[in-house]
Amino acid sequence: MLKVKGLKVAVEGNEILKGIDLEVNKGEVHAIMGPNGSGKSTLANVLAGREEYEVLAGEVLYNGQNLLDMKPEERAREGLFLAFQYPVEIPGVSMSNFLKTALNELRDHHGQEKLDAMEFFALMREKLKLVNMDEKLLSRSINEGFSGGEKKRNEIFQMALLEPKLAILDETDSGLDIDALKIVSKGVNQLRSQDNAIIIVTHYQRLLNYIVPDFVHVLVDGKIVKSGDKGLALKLDEQGYDWVKDNVSEPVAA
Amino acid sequence: MEITDIKQWYISNFELFEESLNGSRETPFHEVRRSAISKFSELGFPTPRHEEWKYTNVAPMLEHKFKLPTEVAKVPKEVLRDFTFDTLKENLVVFVNGLFSEELSNIALNSDDIIVSSLRNAMVNHADLVYKHLGRYVSFEDESFTALNTAFTNDGTFIFVTDNKVIEDPIHLIYISDGDTELVSHLRNLFIVGKNSQVKIIESFHSLSDTTYFNNLVTEVFVDECAIIDHIKLQEESINAFHISNSQVQQERQSVYRTVNIDLGGGLVRNNLNVLLNDEHCESHLFGFFLGQGTQHIDNHTFIDHAKPHCFSNELYKGILDDKARGVFNGKIIVRPDAQKTNALQSNKTLLLTDDASINAKPQLEIFADDVKCTHGATIGQLDDEAMFYLRARGIGEEMAGAMLRHAFISDVLENIKIEEVRERMDAHIIERFTKALKS
Ligand SMILES: Nc1ncnc2c1ncn2[C@@H]1O[C@H](COP(=O)(O)OP(=O)(O)OP(=O)(O)O)[C@@H](O)[C@H]1O
Ligand SMILES: [Mg+2]
Repeated sequence: MLKVKGLKVAVEGNEILKGIDLEVNKGEVHAIMGPNGSGKSTLANVLAGREEYEVLAGEVLYNGQNLLDMKPEERAREGLFLAFQYPVEIPGVSMSNFLKTALNELRDHHGQEKLDAMEFFALMREKLKLVNMDEKLLSRSINEGFSGGEKKRNEIFQMALLEPKLAILDETDSGLDIDALKIVSKGVNQLRSQDNAIIIVTHYQRLLNYIVPDFVHVLVDGKIVKSGDKGLALKLDEQGYDWVKDNVSEPVAA
Repeated sequence: MEITDIKQWYISNFELFEESLNGSRETPFHEVRRSAISKFSELGFPTPRHEEWKYTNVAPMLEHKFKLPTEVAKVPKEVLRDFTFDTLKENLVVFVNGLFSEELSNIALNSDDIIVSSLRNAMVNHADLVYKHLGRYVSFEDESFTALNTAFTNDGTFIFVTDNKVIEDPIHLIYISDGDTELVSHLRNLFIVGKNSQVKIIESFHSLSDTTYFNNLVTEVFVDECAIIDHIKLQEESINAFHISNSQVQQERQSVYRTVNIDLGGGLVRNNLNVLLNDEHCESHLFGFFLGQGTQHIDNHTFIDHAKPHCFSNELYKGILDDKARGVFNGKIIVRPDAQKTNALQSNKTLLLTDDASINAKPQLEIFADDVKCTHGATIGQLDDEAMFYLRARGIGEEMAGAMLRHAFISDVLENIKIEEVRERMDAHIIERFTKALKS
């Protein structure tokens, strides 16, 4: 589904990603862990199409298409979804208008009829229930005045609504209490299927108790320095990143 | 063409205009007209050397010899459908090229207590009332366009509401321009609202073609004690039109004046909106939105005169400028020595969508009282990249996302249009303009 090869990315002249290789297949869940500033969000944003990032080298194939040539909206319509680490507040754009527009653009892209108002609200209600969100949020502006936890749940709500093929969750677990964490996990697990894939960026093992990953990667200073199974996440949780970092520096010193 | 020539052109037109006036020439107001034309002759047209006209150069207007309309042009009644509102019971006062159209108008209100009429008819039928107020509020001492308008005052809208009347249905004044002659109209409006009365007035300016014409509008508004006026002005003139508007509002004790001014059209637009808070406990709310595209030039000058204590004024003007459009905002607030406990808020925000678009924005606060609360702020910015990316990352196309964000930017102006259908219509028009701009 996703093949990242030798991806190097710079932001404002600084190289942040220094050669990323990553392959994600249908049905898989990958976790990406790593210290602050190592480039996890950069990777997530580049995959979603953020234009501020300059691709220096490498390629990304998404279902056989050259992902880097696609506009962000095209990627989204083709089933790529990014749950933002810091969802932006957009005063003046109501949630309901936003979601209706997004859904209809998606449906239009796939040759489906637009939803009428009744169908739209029925769908909203169903998905809101999934993430325990109040219907009142729909009449508010996007993320405006939402609490940290509400913003994260809102991301999962949008994911549930848009039913992506590849979901990238950037620290969706950070700042969530245990109940909210369960709600988010429920939303993600609902999406999980043979046809979909999920990339979870996280600092903590605790989310991975609920969403068990098939692979765990450690990103340090713009490179994936170690990959393994769910056991790796446990070890990182107990021992921190230093031991993997040390592993990396060895060949450099030699 | 020489500037003196064009000035002479207007002055010689005044002589022709005088001859065309019949009975109205015998009224005392005609003396006012004459002194106004000599004032105009003295002042001439403003140049950028004039402090109030620093950023707006009217030179392009002086290249045209605009003619006065002689008869009411025929336009089919169907065209009104695009300008009127389905869910409203409106009283329609319709003008074509600056002249009142009896045929297109539909005025249900009219009694001894409420007069809605063309000014031309009111000068005959309600002469005492009209002349008691006409020219009393606005001054042409240092304003050539007001002087010019006063000299040529002959038609416009007269609204009079006696004390203690609440009028539910809005009064809608529609100004249509059409034809291919380059015409000028000096529309003159006079709105007098009595004590404790309430009225909603919508003014809308439209054009049926891309004609070049000049609307030189003057509006006098008197809001008596405890009266409330809701005043909406929608300006959708032809892209080649010149639109100059001078409004003087005078508020008496405890009165409320709320206005929303939307400028979408016009090649060169200048609005002077002056509000005098002439007694205690008045409230004024001034909202504005202007959208400039192509080479449009839109200038809003507002002046709130806090003459008396305990008044509240709130002003929010927002602009979006695209292509090579230019905007001007000058928000003057005077708090006179007597006006203690004044509360005045002013905010002006502009989005510049291109490097070639520009805005000159200036708050101008002159405060002579010490116990007052005045705040002002002006910001100039671009569309928020992060917000744009968020919308696009959910599959919303760039064009649509841009339109949504621009629309969001002006939502706190538009939400002050309290008449739902009017607000929705404006919403739709503006969104259409946003997407059209991106396609071209
Ligand atoms: N727009 C930007 N401008 C300048 N520097 C940036 C920008 N975005 C990211 N960076 C820098 O790139 C590096 C990687 O940032 P990134 O957000 O990808 O890290 P992260 O691994 O997601 O960290 P965290 O765990 O704290 O979320 C950091 O040093 C950051 O300061
Ligand atoms: Mg991050």
